[in-house]
Amino acid sequence: MPALFPADSPSLWQALATILTFHGGYNTAVVLIGASAIGVAAGVVGVFVLLRKRALVGDAIAHATLPGVGIGFLVAYGLGLDEGRHLPTLLAGAALTGLAGALAIQWIVSHTRLPEDAAIGSVLSVFFGVGTVLFSALQGLSAGNRAGLEAFLLGQTAALGRADAELIVGAGLVVVVLALLFFKEFGLVCFDPAFAGSLGWPVGRLDLMIMALLLATVVVGLRTVGAVLVFALLIIPAVAARFWTERLGTMVLLAALFGGFSGYLGAALSAAAPRLPAGALIVMVAAGLFLISFTLAPRRGVLAQLWYRARARRTLGRPGEGTIGGGAAGGGATPTDGGRPGGGAPPPPPAGRKAATPC
Amino acid sequence: MLTVEAFLQIDLPALTAAGLGAVACALIGSLLLLRRQAMIGDALSHVVLPGIVVAFLITGTLAPAAMLGGALGAALIAVVMIAAVRRFGGIEPGAAMAVVFTSLFAFGVVLLEQWVGPRVHLDTQHALFGALETTFWPEPTTVASLLRAEIWATVPVQIPVLAVLLALTVTVLLLFYKEIKVAIFDPDFAASIGIPPTAFDLGVATLAALVACACFQALGSILVIAMFVCPAAAARMVTDHFDRQLWWSALFALASAWLGYLAAAWLPLAFGFEHALSAAGGIAVVAGLIEALAILLAPRYGVLRRYWWPGKRGRPQCHQFEARRNRRDCAPDTSP
Repeated sequence: MPALFPADSPSLWQALATILTFHGGYNTAVVLIGASAIGVAAGVVGVFVLLRKRALVGDAIAHATLPGVGIGFLVAYGLGLDEGRHLPTLLAGAALTGLAGALAIQWIVSHTRLPEDAAIGSVLSVFFGVGTVLFSALQGLSAGNRAGLEAFLLGQTAALGRADAELIVGAGLVVVVLALLFFKEFGLVCFDPAFAGSLGWPVGRLDLMIMALLLATVVVGLRTVGAVLVFALLIIPAVAARFWTERLGTMVLLAALFGGFSGYLGAALSAAAPRLPAGALIVMVAAGLFLISFTLAPRRGVLAQLWYRARARRTLGRPGEGTIGGGAAGGGATPTDGGRPGGGAPPPPPAGRKAATPC
Repeated sequence: MLTVEAFLQIDLPALTAAGLGAVACALIGSLLLLRRQAMIGDALSHVVLPGIVVAFLITGTLAPAAMLGGALGAALIAVVMIAAVRRFGGIEPGAAMAVVFTSLFAFGVVLLEQWVGPRVHLDTQHALFGALETTFWPEPTTVASLLRAEIWATVPVQIPVLAVLLALTVTVLLLFYKEIKVAIFDPDFAASIGIPPTAFDLGVATLAALVACACFQALGSILVIAMFVCPAAAARMVTDHFDRQLWWSALFALASAWLGYLAAAWLPLAFGFEHALSAAGGIAVVAGLIEALAILLAPRYGVLRRYWWPGKRGRPQCHQFEARRNRRDCAPDTSP
């Protein structure tokens, strides 16, 4: 099996180290900063999207941006802007169709008998189909321009210019600041929308704002991560952070860190191996962080839970042997103080039965 | 140029493959839709990609058996991982699914671009959009040549694979029709007579993974979702009966596959453009149009009928199992 990257490995690792320490040249440094910024923004917004249980809606919105890129290209091409590759126009188109996708899901769920998952699946696949048709039509316009558009499918960091990076960092900053300003409101809407409503808060509008932030993040992330996987960058850091903490503030901070690191390392890898799509590399880094969290996190991680269970079994006796042993495998589920002679760590949260948290 | 020879060599195999695959997807999609698991189809059609790539890396061939095996293995791994993330993390099902399938898809893309792409003609474009246009059957030259038996031995390999899978799907549906119906509409009762819902869901997911893998070549991993969801959803708007749901979804799927392909292949040429449009995309768009028409015009549950022409009998009563969700949209349920 060949090595991961075509280059011989010592120079590759050196190249990666150079890039990671921002010594890989001006353009690469710009790309790294842009990718990290989008990662941080996605991590912060992703937490609220996850807790609001809108994960798959985000997926549909991300796919629905694709036709907008095609339309934006046509408009920019018609206006003679950068031969159609005018990033603000492309992103504006993406935002428009992404919004249309979100509204279509909303409308189908509220006006027809179809369940939400069918609405999400329909919108996702049909909008993506429209995008596919548009892209194949644009193929006829000019072969050279199409390369720029394919970057929107799976992401490409190499061609990211300084203006693009400034746009990404600026938009990411706005998203993060808004999310932090409305931190308390978003948190309550996520955890107890009914209570938020009873306080007189505009739950619907706050909900809409979360969706708007989601849309903004998706659109800004299109160029670096691509329409197919940008949504993964939103949701994976948030889910990974969920394994480490029960507190919203900590979770947002962790998700931002995870997202930022994924963007940073993924973009660096993509700069070292330009043949691989940046989006897939960034998501792979995020998936690695998730896997670490999934196995190693205290209390919620797989290893911790197995250990809690083994300890519970040891201290409470084997099933069928002792007087209370049969139900002990749930870890702390047995109502007896004798079950925890060692004290110390609190019992693990019973899996899947968290009443206080919405996810 | 629309000649008989070109039609037989290029369009006929593509139409056959698209039709077979679409109908198989739509039948499975109806089951998924009624079990409120439409997004499992989404997840599985993403997960198929790493399965195929890993199978190729292990066996070195793109033979159908290897690809189906790889897809099945990946689907099972994904189902187990989704369950594990849900249980250990206390994460909601949608998010757990999203984490698993996007990670696996990214893994598949990296593997594909790095190791497989340079060696065989299978790239990310294929994976996403399919390659319906490349199902080329060089043998038949005239309509009469289709009557010769030996010519059928040379059909592109996707077509027999899709035909076998469609036959398998239909056989399973016919054999277990009663059981499937019970498991969908009354899971508790089904469990009490020995059809545990988890086992049923796993069985449907397995079939879905097989079908998604077989359609992968024809439709591409993302546009398979259109065939899983759209015809089934359109049929759901039209009927309340399970058997008619299956018939309608198959009909809608076939219509979208054929109309979509023909529109993508012939419309641009008819208007004087040089390039045909993406066939898979065209199929998805037509499927979406059919679903939109069904949503608007369905005789009983359509939006027009419900909101603008309620008619003499007023708004229709909702079905019992839908009353809760659609409470705002229907007349008060007076039955006990």
